[in-house]
Amino acid sequence: MRQQRIIMGMPVQLEITDEHAPLELYERVFDYLKSIDTRFSTYIQESEVSRINRHELKEAEYSAEMQEVLSLSEETKNQTGGYFDIRTPEGLLDPSGLVKGWAINAAASIVSEAGFKDFYIEIAGDIQTNGMNAEGKEWSIGIRNPLSRDEVVKVLYPRGAGIATSGTSERGNHIYDPHAPGVHPDSYASITVIGPNVYEADRFATAAFAMGESGIRFIEALPGFEAYAINHKGIATMTSGFDSYTNI
Amino acid sequence: MKKFLASFIFIVGFIGYAVYANSSASSANAQTVTVSNPSASTAADTAASVPTQTSAGSAPPTQPVTPVTVVKKPAAAAGKYADGTYTGIAADAYYGNIQVKATISGGKLTDVAFLQYPSDRNTSVYINQQAMPVLRSEAIQAQSANVNGVSGASDSSAAFKQSLASALAKA
Repeated sequence: MRQQRIIMGMPVQLEITDEHAPLELYERVFDYLKSIDTRFSTYIQESEVSRINRHELKEAEYSAEMQEVLSLSEETKNQTGGYFDIRTPEGLLDPSGLVKGWAINAAASIVSEAGFKDFYIEIAGDIQTNGMNAEGKEWSIGIRNPLSRDEVVKVLYPRGAGIATSGTSERGNHIYDPHAPGVHPDSYASITVIGPNVYEADRFATAAFAMGESGIRFIEALPGFEAYAINHKGIATMTSGFDSYTNI
Repeated sequence: MKKFLASFIFIVGFIGYAVYANSSASSANAQTVTVSNPSASTAADTAASVPTQTSAGSAPPTQPVTPVTVVKKPAAAAGKYADGTYTGIAADAYYGNIQVKATISGGKLTDVAFLQYPSDRNTSVYINQQAMPVLRSEAIQAQSANVNGVSGASDSSAAFKQSLASALAKA
């Protein structure tokens, strides 16, 4: 059964294959994600992030979750040569480039620790699956065409890996305009990263997209990661092991 | 090992790009140019410290970038890059520090030397351009949409704002 909520302003989907999974478990996962939103949203005035940005909290007063996210962000920054940074140009914290994948990953742990091994969790296009779908088959995930968002241009079978896509925003049917200022036709419209889990996929997708055309090579160099990048001309470039995810 | 070699491409690509952007912004005939942070990061302006995916592409760098020393020879060939040797930043790759020195000759990358390499590796490894893996490309094609889920980019910032706006509308 699949349930959907709008949390963090984004669609959240949870499907647990086992029909006997209690509704209470679904609610527990959604409540957890709401609590993360309440803590990390830069759009909620009383969130911990907002309070830190207003200098209302001392470092010693940060929650354990905040400390973990800050530590993971620092680690990711170091691993990406500074391309990933949760500090905005104004010096404020905005950990949203990492929190989404991190939260999905934690939500997946809630489900598996409750004893359910077959599930699908998605927040706005970033996905963690495990086990089998309702038909007893591998979960199948399409890569959305960033130039025409109703289209799927690739089908992946993650087999427990995490999938995240970073790119230009969802804004309906986008057709590349060669005269559009600031859009280079060779630049990537999106990069989809497959990693050991959705947390890993999300943070490196964020960094790889920030790297521009070098991003795909950065992922190529990361052991255990594959990627599929689509440019504004509709040409995709993939890492050398990407095809291992396109076949059952 | 293949992935390892591939890491060079990223570093070299970055150097090449930085050099390319820099050379178009400064005199092509300069004999020796020492580039420090602000101009060396031209190529990485949109990326050097992009904080999150929601603001990608517009953020000016806030991170100090290790100075890149560029020693140029007079531009002789009409290649993509200006001839010379270029030392990249010491990049913290997933598995250790990597710093390379790239040699451009005839406008093409002809040699890459490692100044820093993960500690379990030989520090004087040399590779040439032919050793770098070529990533495969294809024109995207619509597929059957009969899938369990779809991965695509979201603008979480816009989503947050949308959420906030709708919340305020109810307030």
